[in-house]
Amino acid sequence: MPRKKIELENHVESLSILDADGNADESLVPKLEPAEMRKLLRGMLLARRYDERMLKLQRQGRIGTYGPALGQEAASLGPAYVLSKNDWMIPSFREPAGMLYRGWPMDKLILWWGGNETGSSVPEGIRDTPICVPVASQCLYGAGVAWGCKLRGDGTVALCFVGDGGTSEGDFHEAMNVAGAFNLPLVCVIQNNQWAISLPRKKQTASSTLAQKALAYGFNGIQVDGNDIFAVLTAAGEAVDRARRGGGPTLIEAVTYRLGVHTTADDPKKYRTEDEVEAWKCRDPLARYYKYLKKHGILDDKARDMMEEEIAEEITAAVEKAERYEPDVLEPWRYCFATMPNFLEGQLEEFQAYLESVSGGEGRSNHKRSELSENVH
Amino acid sequence: MAQMTMAKALNLAMREALAEDPTVLILGQDVGQDEGVFRITEGLLKEFGPERVIDFPVAESAIAGVSVGLCIAGYKPIAEMQFSGFGYHAFHQIENHASRFRNRTRGRFTCPMVVRMPYGGGIRAIEHHSESREAIWAHLPGLKVVIPSGPRNARALLRASIFDPDPVMFYEPKASYRAFKEEVPDEPETMEIGKAHVVRAGSDVTIISYGASMRPVLEAVDELVDEYQLDPEIIDLLSLVPLDTETITASVKKTGRCVVVHEAPRNCGPAAEIIARIVENALEFLEAPIQRVTGYDLVLPFFNLEKPYMPDPTKVITAVREVVNY
Repeated sequence: MPRKKIELENHVESLSILDADGNADESLVPKLEPAEMRKLLRGMLLARRYDERMLKLQRQGRIGTYGPALGQEAASLGPAYVLSKNDWMIPSFREPAGMLYRGWPMDKLILWWGGNETGSSVPEGIRDTPICVPVASQCLYGAGVAWGCKLRGDGTVALCFVGDGGTSEGDFHEAMNVAGAFNLPLVCVIQNNQWAISLPRKKQTASSTLAQKALAYGFNGIQVDGNDIFAVLTAAGEAVDRARRGGGPTLIEAVTYRLGVHTTADDPKKYRTEDEVEAWKCRDPLARYYKYLKKHGILDDKARDMMEEEIAEEITAAVEKAERYEPDVLEPWRYCFATMPNFLEGQLEEFQAYLESVSGGEGRSNHKRSELSENVH
Repeated sequence: MAQMTMAKALNLAMREALAEDPTVLILGQDVGQDEGVFRITEGLLKEFGPERVIDFPVAESAIAGVSVGLCIAGYKPIAEMQFSGFGYHAFHQIENHASRFRNRTRGRFTCPMVVRMPYGGGIRAIEHHSESREAIWAHLPGLKVVIPSGPRNARALLRASIFDPDPVMFYEPKASYRAFKEEVPDEPETMEIGKAHVVRAGSDVTIISYGASMRPVLEAVDELVDEYQLDPEIIDLLSLVPLDTETITASVKKTGRCVVVHEAPRNCGPAAEIIARIVENALEFLEAPIQRVTGYDLVLPFFNLEKPYMPDPTKVITAVREVVNY
């Protein structure tokens, strides 16, 4: 029994197609119609402008704390783009590009950050779970959803997002382990944006890549330039196809950068240098992709300006819609259980009496108690 | 009607649910090939196959979290935690997701799952296998906490829990798994979750308990009646959430005296909530301070010292006599 190297069945690759200057390896560029190429730009631009508007809204006190995804547009749009409508997407909280592309009404996202649970009420017809805050916990129900896809045998898959910090959580490990052990149709995209609030990627783990963690779970990993929409799209497309065919999970590490704050409650100057941020700004996913489109005559400045105008209007309309929303103060009572148990009915009465006492009767909602107690599947 | 143990009755409830509803699944460690460490899932893998009865890797958080995902995808998982002492790994997924998905998504996604866990002492198990921590779950909004005490109610309540539209923490008193048999009807039977059972009607004192502690309570009855000429009313709660305040209150209004018995530690334990409800609803009917017979606020000792640390008939009788003689 000599000592020898163990050959693993699986492998880890890296992929980069479009460089920071907008030059692409044409042999690797995915086959997309010009209209699709423009759609991808629009998706990223929409998310960028949405983020910028949200930061303004936060400063004006019109929403609460906000966690922007500036610079990570390609990493979340690409995987969402390759899914079909019947597939599932399991976001974390820095995937507005992917969520908006999947059809989440923008006003829902604004409402979520504005402190309204209705922002998590997934519209009918969208097979996505809502924004998930507890880090990496979404990976486990993502694996459960993928399990459901497998049991149904209808060829659908689940895509889940996690951050570089999330890979240190036990739930990430358990989810990947289960996905591998049961060959689940799960694609997990790590948005490695280099910082978990103040902890740099290097201090998160001794692994030289996050993609290589896939090997321990018995499937393939791939590290892509997460600011390169072509690379993200290619890797995610291959992974989704493999999952759909019964080939099991894939781990994709999208190497990107959080150009903004962790959330508006955070000051990154305390832990990272401006030079580092500036260097990453030169690798912006939007700028390089626009250069590529322009160079290939797929989009010119005029068309882009029109796109910008349309997007600005779309965002303004969404903000207005969100700000017209009037929360129903009694809604939480309706959704704790399918049918309101007695003990909650008593507490509801107490709450309604309180509302009445503070507002002279106006605080009482139009809802009768019988309506609230109804079964609300 | 057939005579069976609680272990058999729980098995029967799961067999019936698996046969009736193709979306019902069982996930847990050693639940398939090994048929569960307590043999509660005996024969189910054979009958329903590995897609429905899933031998899961050793990962409680994953058992709970994957169950949440299966619910989102339209299934009704029965998740087994091998011992409640290992269920804490699953706490995060249950608190942050299972209990909240209905509310978060305003009803779009719900979690009709059951988390089964054997709990309690008295089986000479090793460390971390004997605790009663049901109060932890009772504190979390959005969960129901159900605890049967005998074969017949175990089967009916497990059925109700499996088909309940919300997540249910199902605590199984493992010391009662094979301790006694009861008549269990041939046809599937269900029970409303949240209704207590008046096991014995009486007029002198109300004794409230549930799960494993029902045994020392019932063992105390003969002596209370014969030796002390007392007529106790005995209530088996069957669920901690919802708690049947009505039945508790009605009984205490009648007797004016009450003893609450549970294995769980005292501080912020279920008895504290039960007593608060009594104080809120029947204070003026009380003729004596309410007594608690509970676990102490200590780590339950290893099995060699365990016995005196658990509720027993002597403790119940002492407490009842103090309340009656006040």
